[in-house]
Amino acid sequence: MKRWQVFANGIFRENPIFRLVLGMCPTLAVSTAVVNGLGMGLAATFVLVCSNVIISLLRNVIPKEVRIPCYIVVIATFVTIVDKVMAASAPGLHQVLGIFIPLIVVNCIILGRAEAFASKNTVGRAFMDGLGMGIGFTLGLVLLSFFREVLGEGMLLVAEDFGFTGWRIIPEDNQALMLILPPGAFITLGLLLAGINKLSAKLSAAKDLAGKGGE
Amino acid sequence: MVDLLLISFGAIFISNFVLARFLGICPFLGVSRKIETALGMGFAVIFVMTMASAITYGVQKLLVRHGLAEFLQTISFILVIAVLVQFVEMILRKTSPGLYQALGIYLPLITTNCAVLGVALINADPGEGYNFIQAMVNGFSGGVGFTLAIVLFAGLRERLEFAPLPKAMEGFPIALILAGLISIAFLGFSGFRLQALLGL
Repeated sequence: MKRWQVFANGIFRENPIFRLVLGMCPTLAVSTAVVNGLGMGLAATFVLVCSNVIISLLRNVIPKEVRIPCYIVVIATFVTIVDKVMAASAPGLHQVLGIFIPLIVVNCIILGRAEAFASKNTVGRAFMDGLGMGIGFTLGLVLLSFFREVLGEGMLLVAEDFGFTGWRIIPEDNQALMLILPPGAFITLGLLLAGINKLSAKLSAAKDLAGKGGE
Repeated sequence: MVDLLLISFGAIFISNFVLARFLGICPFLGVSRKIETALGMGFAVIFVMTMASAITYGVQKLLVRHGLAEFLQTISFILVIAVLVQFVEMILRKTSPGLYQALGIYLPLITTNCAVLGVALINADPGEGYNFIQAMVNGFSGGVGFTLAIVLFAGLRERLEFAPLPKAMEGFPIALILAGLISIAFLGFSGFRLQALLGL
């Protein structure tokens, strides 16, 4: 695979949320508003890229038997950095994301990429993989939180930390409050996954048809 | 005694670790195809969460005394939990090979079960101010809440095996919607005032 293919792989073919169904805890928990999803996605992307690069650099040094603890220490270091930086620069967002920032340590996507990709590939490819996966995760989070915020809160892009008051899309008292509550997270993600399955089945059917027509 | 009852009722029903706090979703979705394995996973999580609560309580006290809690909390908690899980895995492999086989790859994955690190972080939160016993009860009840959720979910999923479903809904989509419905049921506990019921 070429580098850009490694990058695109994380966004579409192996999208962590919609294809691999990994990292579900933060996905369901923080997707109540687009800015929360974006913040969590970018924090995870930073950790993913940095840990992928470091683990790829150390791949010949780390003994095989103790590799998982070593990966966890590397990941936890970057998570601590993100935690402190976010607490200082966006305290409101840091408050909302709460324990899900330190919990990036146990996000299966990050440990999964360290084990499956970074430990076997060169630094450049590990960097592109981390970036692709991170952006794929962020896009998935933003898509899910877009639906939940618009339908559940009736507002779009409320971000008081950054001075956005947001736009009202659905008139007050007509929003589906359930979507902001915990059950809404499960149901919205379930419907989105089903929609994406349907879409990709249609696309691949169309591709097959086009392939046959060309022969 | 009453405070312990309130903590455990809260952790099991009102803010269930899986259905309201979204901790431990990966094993919740991954090991819930059969009630038996769900129960096994649940017991493993109860055990690890209780032990982790106890040990991280000591670790947190030590970190605070040396003024390191600010930046070493996450790293030291996750390392302690990783060692603990390895230990449980070794014991289980020796004493109960059947259960060890059933839990398969998910046992090492308890390390990365957010419920375990999550309960350690919640216990360490100065806002909660739990003492040692309260922290352990919170960990234990969190595990019980996880087990309750995953067993209920597995029971429903077993019946789903034979349900005629649209192709696109098979697998994760319908499982998530099912989890949403259970979560709605648990939402009924929010606003439930145990204090009033006990006459406090």
